[in-house]
Amino acid sequence: MTNMDYIRNFSIIAHIDHGKSTLADRLIQHTGGCDARNFQDQILDNMDIERERGITIKSQAISLPYTARDGKTYNLNLIDTPGHVDFSYEVSRSLASCEGVLLLIDAAQGVQAQTLANLYLAMEHDLEIIPVINKIDLPSADVERVIEQIDSELGLDTDTHLKCSAKEGTGIEDILEAIVQRIPPPSGTPEAPLSALIFDAQYDPFRGTVIHCRIMDGVVQSGDIIRFMYGGATYKVEEVGHFLLSRQKRERLSAGEVGYIIAGVKTISDVRTGDTITLENRPCDKPLPGFKEVKPVVFASIYPIASDDYEDLAVSLEKYKLNDASFVYEKDASVALGQGFRCGFLGLLHLDIVQERLEREYDQSLILSVPSVRFRLTLKDDTILYVDNPSHYPPQMDIAKGEEPYIRAAMMMPERYLGAVMKLCQEKRGMNSSLSYPGPGRAELIYEMPLSEVIYDFYDRFKSVSQGYGSFDYELIDFRDSNLVLVDILVNGEKVDALSQIVHRDRARACGLQSCERLKEEIPKQMFKIALQAAIGGEIIARTTITAFRKDVTAKCYGGDISRKRKLLEKQKKGKKRMKMIGNVSIPQSAFLAVLKSDTD
Amino acid sequence: MNLPGLYIHIPFCKTKCPYCHFYSTTDLTSMDAVIASLVREMELYEGEFDTFDTIYIGGGTPSLLTVQQLDVILSGIHKHFLVPPDAEITIEVNPADGDLAWYRSLKDLGVNRLHLGVQSFSDQALTFLGRRHRADDAFAAIVNTVRAGFDNFGLDLIYGIPGQDLQSWRKSLECAVSLSPPHLSAYQLAIEEETPLCHSYRRGSFDIPDEDASLAFFLETSAYLERSGYHHYEVSNYAASTSRKSRHNQKYWDYTPYLGIGPGAHSFKEGKRWWNHRSIEGYLKDLGLGTTPVAGDETLSRDELRLETLFMSLRTARGIDLAAFRLQFGEDLPKERHSIIHSLVASGFIVVNDERISPTTRGFAVADQLALIF
Repeated sequence: MTNMDYIRNFSIIAHIDHGKSTLADRLIQHTGGCDARNFQDQILDNMDIERERGITIKSQAISLPYTARDGKTYNLNLIDTPGHVDFSYEVSRSLASCEGVLLLIDAAQGVQAQTLANLYLAMEHDLEIIPVINKIDLPSADVERVIEQIDSELGLDTDTHLKCSAKEGTGIEDILEAIVQRIPPPSGTPEAPLSALIFDAQYDPFRGTVIHCRIMDGVVQSGDIIRFMYGGATYKVEEVGHFLLSRQKRERLSAGEVGYIIAGVKTISDVRTGDTITLENRPCDKPLPGFKEVKPVVFASIYPIASDDYEDLAVSLEKYKLNDASFVYEKDASVALGQGFRCGFLGLLHLDIVQERLEREYDQSLILSVPSVRFRLTLKDDTILYVDNPSHYPPQMDIAKGEEPYIRAAMMMPERYLGAVMKLCQEKRGMNSSLSYPGPGRAELIYEMPLSEVIYDFYDRFKSVSQGYGSFDYELIDFRDSNLVLVDILVNGEKVDALSQIVHRDRARACGLQSCERLKEEIPKQMFKIALQAAIGGEIIARTTITAFRKDVTAKCYGGDISRKRKLLEKQKKGKKRMKMIGNVSIPQSAFLAVLKSDTD
Repeated sequence: MNLPGLYIHIPFCKTKCPYCHFYSTTDLTSMDAVIASLVREMELYEGEFDTFDTIYIGGGTPSLLTVQQLDVILSGIHKHFLVPPDAEITIEVNPADGDLAWYRSLKDLGVNRLHLGVQSFSDQALTFLGRRHRADDAFAAIVNTVRAGFDNFGLDLIYGIPGQDLQSWRKSLECAVSLSPPHLSAYQLAIEEETPLCHSYRRGSFDIPDEDASLAFFLETSAYLERSGYHHYEVSNYAASTSRKSRHNQKYWDYTPYLGIGPGAHSFKEGKRWWNHRSIEGYLKDLGLGTTPVAGDETLSRDELRLETLFMSLRTARGIDLAAFRLQFGEDLPKERHSIIHSLVASGFIVVNDERISPTTRGFAVADQLALIF
C-alpha cells in the first residue's frame, strides 16, 4: 500500500507558449524519468502536430520518482493539461485530479489572458498555486515586472514565486522541492467505496481504451467489475498501473494515486472525461462533481476531393475517432461536392488539428466547408430546430425567431492596443463590454459576442491588431436573438451548397462579397468568363467576375520546345484534375479553403 | 507517311541575345571540330534514316559559317542521306552577316530557302533585344537575298518589346510587308527561364505587355497580315501562299519524324524522342568515342502523345484531324466532348466540321488552354 504522504499530484498551467512542455521535459529529465540519451524533447506532447505547434492537445500523465532533500522518495504525478481555450473542460478535469499547480509565467511576456483563466480554474479547485517565472534567460526578460504582476494582477503572495529557465535547465531542483513541500499530499480513504475521476483516455490498438484517472477514494485492481456512473456501462478490469515513460503494471491503484485502467473498453467514445468510476458491487454514494457532456460547438463538412476516395475517408474517420472522443461526425451529402461527413469540433483549433491529422496521417485530400456554429431556430409552428448545417436551413418564411450562441470573451493587452481591439470587437458585434486595468499600462477587456464571429477570423485579427501582445480566452454563455439569413454562393448561376453560410443579416453582404472575392483570387482563369454571386434566396447581394483567358499560347514551339511544353501542360492538367467541376468551371481545393480563411492583411 | 526532316544545330554566336534560350556559345574556337562531328553524327544515323525532303540549318548563328564550312555540312548530308531534288533546304541568317557573294554561294550550295532573323525594323527595339544588326542591315540582307535569287525566304519578327506600342509594331509589320517576303514569323517576346532577360525582368527593369495588350498585338498582327494576303497558318507563322509555308516546321506540328544533329538538338521518330548533350564538350566527347551524343530520351505514353497531338495540332490552322485522332486514340471527340465543343464554338474559339476541329484566330491566342480542355 502506497503511503499518501509520499504522493504529490500536480499540473503545470500556463498561457500558450510560456514553456509548459519544456518545463515538463526538464522535470522528467531531472527525476531520471528518462536518460539523456533517449531524451526526446517534449515527451508529453507526443503527437507530431503537438510538437510542431508547441501546443498540448491531449492530457497526459507521468509519475516522477523524486528523492527530496529530506532523503525521502516521493511520487510526483504530473498531469499535463491541454493548452488551448478549445479544451478548457479537459483542463478543468485534469485540475480536479490535482492538489496543486505550477502556474508558469513567461518572464518576457508576463501575465496573459490564459494565465488568468487558468489561475481562476485552479482557484475554483482550491489548489495550491506555485507561481513559476520561466524564461529568465531571455534578454527581454523582466522578472521584476512579472513579480509585480503576480502581486497586482494575480493577487498572489510574491514570496511564493520561483524562477527558472526550462530551456537552460536552471531552477528545476527548487521547483521539485517546492512541489514536495508546498503541495499537500492527496487525501482520500482507501477503505471507502471506489470513486475515480477520469481525466483522459487513449486508444491502444492492442488493449483498447486506456483510461487515465485519479483515484479519489477506495482501491481498484484487476478482476474488479467497475461501472461508469454517467455512462452506465460496466467492465471487468484487466490491468491497472502507473505512468512512467511507458505504462507500468501495478497490482492495484489506491486512493490518492494517478494511473491507468484497462478494462476491455472498445472505443474511446465509451469513456467520458469527467465521469466517475466506481465498483459495481460496492458503489460510492454519488459521482464526483463537475461532469459535463462535452458538446461540439463548431461544425463543418468534409469531402474527399475525388469522390472515389469516400470509402477511404470513412475508414480514416473511424480510425481517427478512436483517439479523439470529442470529435463527432455523421454522413452528409452535398450536391456540389458529393458524399461527405458533417463533423463537430470543440473549436477552430480542434478543427484545424483534425483536418491536418487526416491529411497527414491518413493521407486524405479534403475539402472543408465553411465552419458554422449551431443556431437555434424557432419555427412559426413553435417547433425548435437546432441547425449547424446550412443545407438544413429551413425556408426563411417558416422561421419565427433565430438565435445564435454567445460567448464571453476575455482579452488582455497592453493599453495602447485597446482602441484597435475594441473596434474589432464592435465590428464582430461585441456588446456589454467591461474594462479593467489589472496593472499599470495593461487592460483587460470583456465582451459578449456571437461565437460565429469568433470562429470565423477573430483570433487571427485579434493577434494582428494587438501585434501579438494580446491574449484571449472565452467561455460559452447562452443563446441570443439574431436576425439570421442563409447566404448562397453561385458559380455561373449554379449554387455551390458547400459554400453556403448562415449569417446575421447585417453581415450578409460583406460576407457574400468576401466569399466572392476570395473565390476570385483562387479560381484560375478559364476559357469562359465566370460569374461569382452571393444571394439570399433569389436576391443577389454581391457579385464579381473572373475574366476568361485572352492570351495563353507559347510563341515558339519547334523540336526542342515540345517536351518542355508538354510537361508544363501536364502539370496544369494534373492540377485541373484535383479540382472540382461545378458546371463548366473547375474549382480548386484552395478556393474552398480560402473562403473560410481570415483576412488579416 | 511524309518523309522525315533533318535539323542541323550550329551552336555558335558572335554575341548572345539576352532573350534567347537556345544552346549556343560565343567561343568559336571549336567550330571546325563541331562541324566535323556533325558529319560524324550523321554517319551514325545512316541506317536509321535514309531520305530527308527538308533540311533546316539553324542555331545559334549558322550565318557565321564560311561557305567552305557549310559545304562540309551539306556534302556530309548528301553523302550519308538521300535528298530529293525538290527538298526544302533552309538556313537561318543573321542580317549582320554575309555579303552578296556569300548569299550567292549559298544558292550554289543548294540552299533554296533563307530565314532572316530581322526581329524588328526599329533600331531601338533591336538594341533592347541585344541584336548585332540595325534596321538598315535588315533591309540590306533582304535585298541581298532577292538579288542572290532566293524566291523563298522568311523573316522573323518579335513583338511585345518593352516600349513598343501597337503603332510602332504596326510600322515594323508594314515595313516587312512592303518587302513582300513569302513567309513571316511573328513571335511575342517570351521571358524564358534562366536567360539574362529573365533576370533583369525579375529585377523589375522593364514591363511586358499584360494579357489584354498581348492579345491586342496578336489580333492586330493576324488581321493586318491576313489583309495583306498572308495566310495565318500557325500561331506565329504566316505564308504568302500554301507553297511558301515552312515545310520543315510543319513536320514538328504534324508528328512527321525528324532527326536533329548537333549539340542540344532534338529528334523524334515512332513515338520516341531523344536529345543531344547541351554542351560542346559532351557532344564532342561522345562522337570522339563513336557513340551518338544522346543526353536523354523519352518514349511517349498514350496520354503524353495525346496531349502533344492536341496542343501541337491546335497551333495550326488545320487543327485536329478527327479521323486520325479517332484512329490513334480511339476517341470520337465531337461525340464524346459534345457540350464543351459546343461552348467553344459558340464563344468563337474553334470551328468544327466533319473532318477537323480548327482554332480560330481567337483560338490561336489561347491554344495551350484549348489543348487542356480536351
